[in-house]
Amino acid sequence: MALLSVEDLSFAYRDREILSRVSFPVDTGEVLGLVGPNGCGKTTLIRCVDGMLTPGSGRVLLHGRDLRDMHRRDIARAMAYVPQSAGNQTASTVFETVLMGRRPYLNWTVSPADEEKVVEALAILDLGGLALRKIRELSGGERQRVMIARALVQETGVVLLDEPTSNLDIRHQMAVMEVLSGLADERGLAVVIALHDLNLAATYCHRLLVMKAGEVYGYGEPEEVLTPDMIERVYGIEAVVKQDLPAPYVVPVRPGQLREGA
Amino acid sequence: MEQSVVIQEGYTRLKKTRTLFIGGLIAGLVILIGVAVTLGSADYTVAESYIAILAGLFPGIFSAPDLATTIVWDLRLHRVLFAVFAGFGLAVAGSVMQGILRNPLASPFTLGIASAATTGASIAIVLGAGIAGSEYLVIANAFLFALLAALAIYGMARYRGIGSETMVLAGIAIMYLFSAVTSLLQYVGSAEQLRAVVFWTFGSVDKSTWPKLGIVSLVLACTIPYLLYRAWDLNALAEGDEVAAGLGVPVERSMIVFMMIASLITAVIICFTGTIGFIGLVAPHITRMAIGGDFRTLLPASGLVGAVLLLAADSIARSVLAPQIIPVGIVTAFLGVPFFIYLFMHRRDA
Repeated sequence: MALLSVEDLSFAYRDREILSRVSFPVDTGEVLGLVGPNGCGKTTLIRCVDGMLTPGSGRVLLHGRDLRDMHRRDIARAMAYVPQSAGNQTASTVFETVLMGRRPYLNWTVSPADEEKVVEALAILDLGGLALRKIRELSGGERQRVMIARALVQETGVVLLDEPTSNLDIRHQMAVMEVLSGLADERGLAVVIALHDLNLAATYCHRLLVMKAGEVYGYGEPEEVLTPDMIERVYGIEAVVKQDLPAPYVVPVRPGQLREGA
Repeated sequence: MEQSVVIQEGYTRLKKTRTLFIGGLIAGLVILIGVAVTLGSADYTVAESYIAILAGLFPGIFSAPDLATTIVWDLRLHRVLFAVFAGFGLAVAGSVMQGILRNPLASPFTLGIASAATTGASIAIVLGAGIAGSEYLVIANAFLFALLAALAIYGMARYRGIGSETMVLAGIAIMYLFSAVTSLLQYVGSAEQLRAVVFWTFGSVDKSTWPKLGIVSLVLACTIPYLLYRAWDLNALAEGDEVAAGLGVPVERSMIVFMMIASLITAVIICFTGTIGFIGLVAPHITRMAIGGDFRTLLPASGLVGAVLLLAADSIARSVLAPQIIPVGIVTAFLGVPFFIYLFMHRRDA
């Protein structure tokens, strides 16, 4: 049984259908990338999976249990969510912001064990030096890593991330993806991650779910899914996909450029 | 390992600073209460005032002239404590509203709750009770309208989806609407009624009594422990709806409960005092600047800051032009605004 399984999920906002019969499983140790053009429903899908939005039909199973039968706190102990925005610019310190990830376990006081978990997560995301700084003093990229650290101290089996690398430079994009795929390997996390960068997705994700207009256009390993034909159908652009590298590499080309070259 | 020790020590230091800040505020407040009960037009020394307080508490052991006991107990003590409780409550309500709406401008006043209370009071003064009529009609009406405004804001936000921005926008709209109603009432009212309405809007703790103090402290005693109990949820909501939901907080239900509690605290205070602006806006800011935003300490600390501010302002209001008493709302604005602007200009992390 998959750790997380989404079955026939549909969601509509008033009359407009945003998601149409989306299904996929995510297993322990697996990184699943959600890719597709802007407005294809990636964020809505993640919100439905986390139970923030109630799907019109279909269901989400977490450890085999229907999300609708679970208490919010239990969901938060099993599944963490890193939203797209890089968080609020509060007066709290980085340490306290990450500590908040312990909320599903905390009553009122914070134990030394909780504090140690925060310190560990900060170290994993290379944030140790910023621990006592205020969130508002950080750059967008640093804040984004703080949000990921907070998800880690939640100690969940599933982590959902909505474009966690959008504010990061290429080094930090790689660093964050390394951390996530490392955690999937070592701790057996199931990671679902919405990404715009197809090459980053191809490099780090075990499987990709390609979406357009709320529908699934493709699902499988990056080598199977990322083809020039798929990219044309989903994004409406021409592209070359290099297959001689460790992971498929998508190179978009200007309209007509391929034929001229041929 | 080295770094982890530094981090944990840093956090321990932060916790110590918070404890010290709260301890200092409590000490300051106690001293201020001690000074405030000695202030007044009847000329008693500090010692005489304290003996009068003790004589009221332990009649067998201490004795003071009856007049002194009456003046201190019936005129001063409840007023001083009322200022403390009102300041505490307004500041806590402001902290909660700023937190869950994630808007530094949110306060019972910018959300229209105070202007609704003013309208309620005006209706009672102009149309209902007349100026000689029952004081309690004015109070009840102000209370009712304050809650009505809170419900209206909530209703509008709910209709449009309960975002924090919608709530603030709805609040501002409500504020204008109620201000217009109040203006209309002032326009049609008689000169005497107009005077009563204007006086109500000044805000003061002049009308405090022991029973009123009892009502306010009862509401605070019921609500503040609950808010403290849910401090982690407030922390999570201050980070954003999505973050809070991801951390297991039932967002919509919590927003309603917290807004209603903050509105109730505000309503029960301002229906007795009139418009005492500023405390609910400023006290949370000052506290966050000093000790950060963790609601476990922010709530009690900003409450204490509010209590100190309002009691200090009221003491000044009573003594500057004594025996004339200036409405405390005027003093809070005169003293508080420059102080607040000073803080803002010198500290950018409000």
